[in-house]
Amino acid sequence: MEFDTIAAISTPLGEGAIAIVRLSGSNAISIANQIFHSPNGKNLFNQASHTIHYGHLVDSETDEIVEEVMLSLMKGPKTFTREDVVEINCHGGIVSVNRVLKLVLINGARLAEPGEFTKRAFLNGRIDLSQAEAVMDLIRAKTDKAMNVALGQMDGRLSRLIKTLRQALLETIAQVEVNIDYPEYDDVEEMTIPLMIKNGMWVKEEIEKLLVTSSQGKILREGLSTAIIGRPNVGKSSLLNSLIQENKAIVTDIAGTTRDIIEEYVNVRGVPLKLVDTAGIRETEDIVERIGVEKSRQVLKEADLILLVLNNAEKLTIEDRRLFEAIEGMDVIIIINKTDLPTQIELEEIKQLAGEKRIVTTSLLQEEGIDELEEAIASLFFEGTIESSDITYVSNARHISLLHLAKETITDAIEAAQTDVPVDMIQIDVTRTWEILGEIVGDTVEESLLDQLFSQFCLGK
Amino acid sequence: MPNFEAGKFDVIVVGAGHAGVEAALASAKIGAKTLVLTINLDMIAFMPCNPSIGGPAKGIVVREIDALGGAMGKVIDKTHIQMRMLNTAKGPAVRALRAQADKVLYQNEMKKLLEEQENLTIHQAVVEELLVEDEKIIGLVTQVGAIYRADAVVITTGTFLRGEIIIGDLKYSSGPNNQQPSIKLADSIRDLGFDLVRFKTGTPPRVNSKTVDYSKTEIQPGDDVPRAFSFETTEFIMDQLPCWLTYTSGETHQIINDNLHLSPMYSGMIKGTGPRYCPSIEDKIVRFSDKPRHQIFLEPEGRNTREVYVQGLSTSLPEHVQRQLLASIPGLENAEMMRAGYAIEYDAMVPTQLWPTLETKKIKNLYTAGQINGTSGYEEAAGQGLMAGINAGLRVLNKEEIVLSRSDAYIGVLIDDLVTKGTNEPYRLLTSRAEYRLLLRHDNADLRLLEKAYKIGLVSQARYEKFLEKKSRIEVELKRLRSLMIKPNEVTQALIRSVEGSELKDGIRAADLLKRTEMNYDLVAQLAPSEIELTIEEKEQIEIQVKYEGYIEKSLQQVEKLKKMEDKKIPDKIDYDAISGLATEARQKLKLVRPLSIAQATRISGVNPADVSILLIYIEQGKIAKITG
Repeated sequence: MEFDTIAAISTPLGEGAIAIVRLSGSNAISIANQIFHSPNGKNLFNQASHTIHYGHLVDSETDEIVEEVMLSLMKGPKTFTREDVVEINCHGGIVSVNRVLKLVLINGARLAEPGEFTKRAFLNGRIDLSQAEAVMDLIRAKTDKAMNVALGQMDGRLSRLIKTLRQALLETIAQVEVNIDYPEYDDVEEMTIPLMIKNGMWVKEEIEKLLVTSSQGKILREGLSTAIIGRPNVGKSSLLNSLIQENKAIVTDIAGTTRDIIEEYVNVRGVPLKLVDTAGIRETEDIVERIGVEKSRQVLKEADLILLVLNNAEKLTIEDRRLFEAIEGMDVIIIINKTDLPTQIELEEIKQLAGEKRIVTTSLLQEEGIDELEEAIASLFFEGTIESSDITYVSNARHISLLHLAKETITDAIEAAQTDVPVDMIQIDVTRTWEILGEIVGDTVEESLLDQLFSQFCLGK
Repeated sequence: MPNFEAGKFDVIVVGAGHAGVEAALASAKIGAKTLVLTINLDMIAFMPCNPSIGGPAKGIVVREIDALGGAMGKVIDKTHIQMRMLNTAKGPAVRALRAQADKVLYQNEMKKLLEEQENLTIHQAVVEELLVEDEKIIGLVTQVGAIYRADAVVITTGTFLRGEIIIGDLKYSSGPNNQQPSIKLADSIRDLGFDLVRFKTGTPPRVNSKTVDYSKTEIQPGDDVPRAFSFETTEFIMDQLPCWLTYTSGETHQIINDNLHLSPMYSGMIKGTGPRYCPSIEDKIVRFSDKPRHQIFLEPEGRNTREVYVQGLSTSLPEHVQRQLLASIPGLENAEMMRAGYAIEYDAMVPTQLWPTLETKKIKNLYTAGQINGTSGYEEAAGQGLMAGINAGLRVLNKEEIVLSRSDAYIGVLIDDLVTKGTNEPYRLLTSRAEYRLLLRHDNADLRLLEKAYKIGLVSQARYEKFLEKKSRIEVELKRLRSLMIKPNEVTQALIRSVEGSELKDGIRAADLLKRTEMNYDLVAQLAPSEIELTIEEKEQIEIQVKYEGYIEKSLQQVEKLKKMEDKKIPDKIDYDAISGLATEARQKLKLVRPLSIAQATRISGVNPADVSILLIYIEQGKIAKITG
């Protein structure tokens, strides 16, 4: 058993005003201490067990305040796991709680596996067998599900990119290995240090780009940027309200820093949506009219998901057609609203304009069709495989922390290569990077190196 | 033919190839009365394929064998015609020694060692049947009806077990190099219920050197500094013979493509699985058709023979095609073929049927080692032979068996891979198979293993004391360098400038100065002279331990984690069917491999972390007794 320090969000996501990130393990206090700043400069190591402390979490890389928190300090063995435990109480809400989790992961905690706190409690003699058997079921169930989800939810582009990076690393590794294991074979090009540095730099840059996009919310973590568009009076505002009511808005009124667009967050069947320009919608003005064509195009382009609302009780207008043109090639769900009124709109025509895009009919006024809409949103991004919301965020936080690790190890490799460390040592960090990236895509089969070796090179007596 | 009682031994070793000789010597040395049986006494430690020992990973195995009191290193040190250190620029962990052997001298020297070993009887015989009682081996019967009784048996049949040689469309029952194969023993092993697989390997033709035009080839000399595998070797052979390098030509490739239909590999005649890392020339040309040429190394087979091994031309094409192939290679246009290349198919055990001690799970006190376990290579065979011999001997003497872990030795990696993962092709050690290879170095094999060998009597008191002295000198010197400050005075700066380093701004610890790439031990010792004069090996050891301290430390931390998992033992009587949470595939694999520790369980493919967690919970709970019912 490895008793490293583990962390997880231990409150259900999207519910409640407060969320808790729990840390357990021998480094729990030191990790918390690294990121926790109290107004009077408390050192957590000097505090009594089972005490609560007020302060801020600070990202030491950027010196930015991440969260305002209450922190419970509990020293083992009088804790649930019998290890040192720190519980960080932060604001309830996907964004804040995820930030906190990410921060502790970057600072040395490992994301807990499903049921791992309970498992530790058991292994440390805290709970009895019947409880333990329940834990085993949980481990079994959650692991299988987590694996499905991890694969299912993975953004196609992300997984493709990671696989490309891994392949590049694997080729580098294979070439070094072949130079080592078959030194006399001149037909294998020597993997030179400059070449290793070049390949390493490329991988590092790609990882950095990914990390940037991850903090911009492109990898689901902060929600799918979602734009509700449509002519005035088609029901955008009602749609917004019903999405928020149904799903409890988790964070409200976060002002955009550079533009006057208001965002709100909702959680639709595990899909976090960041609804953009909600103020514009509330004013029942069309986004295009309100912020101008260029800027609205920009907003639409940045959106991961577009909800286009049409009015069932009116024929299609020129503006509707313009909107159809503007969203060409994007992920769109078309909503035909106001089915409580007599139908004027021509369905065939819409189907033609929509092409492959999903069409949902609703009467937001009579609360009809909302389930179907939510279903459509969920299935668009998860192809219907997801049931609950928690794993989405956890997995994403996991990806991000792994990417950070991968960045560290490839940086070590590059630095080593630049300081004349022998290739065999550099290889250690290159291989580690390859393994870490493999954990993201769920692929760490070691045989693949040997396969690569023997398919890429002609070796033998 | 009537059977007769021929004697009683503690341990009998069947076969005297590279696995058999190490097994027999080890078993006898630790005090077990040992008999070694071989089909042909003139073939002891015969090298049926390439005349070389060592190379990456394999060379380190030879060092490990030596540190454990084995014979291979000492014998090759006395009988080689050339030695080279490989990978000198690629880092300390992958440096490896390789020797070209004088095949006949090697055999003679090894035979002499066996003959002189106390406690060891050598006899020529064909073993036909294993005698088993209550699932325990009790002896064996030979072709002439001799019954030998034994408490333990080690089987090292190499490629003899139901061996078949194939050249073109000719296929005949044979051991390597037309030796008598071992057929009835194969039946006996199968009848005992063991799973056998069919593997294939091959060897290239040999030519007469007086008919080779070396002017068309490139010379490949040995190193001109003294080298040795054994830590104890003090006399070095400096009179070396070179090897030669040439290449296949376009004509070679044409001949192969034209005659592919005659190749048993492609006609379907060969069904055994061959090794990917050791393909035949026809395989290379088919699979890598875009490569215009392949290297061919010409390696002398000894000092007293003209026979030359044509490395790179392993083939089972018919002999007339082999002749054409040779003639198409620059330097070999007029070469006389002395022996044709051939493929050989043989029976091998599915190695997951073995415990990590190399004892079979099915039959108590029966061990297998070497090629029969699905490996290839003299060194892999010798490493297993040594461990099987040690463990058979220890078993008979009622002592605790020895299992080397993946962090102890390449031999540990080899055996763990075999018994935990099995193999689909003849298994060769590669440095990339060792996750802790930075710790498993050529230079520190004695530091890793000698203590273990001494404890069971494989290493003499004198050698052990010498080793302790070396170890302590290294430790003392390391401690000194780590505490001693070097001042940035003119002498220091001048020395640093002379090797193009950047001058010191402040005082620095001697060890930190040594960490600089441009520095070595002798330079630092000029500034901080030591009172003790160290040997070259000791200096190298210090350099490596200081320069790569950070990486070594990281590896050691990983090993710590592994050790914790290895300490979590799984009771042998565990009933996996009674553990409800396990996935079906994991349950099947666990039942097959029966891992001894949680660490081993995690390495089985198809056993995922959730299964391991569940296993852990059961074991921690101490419920095993109850669920086995």
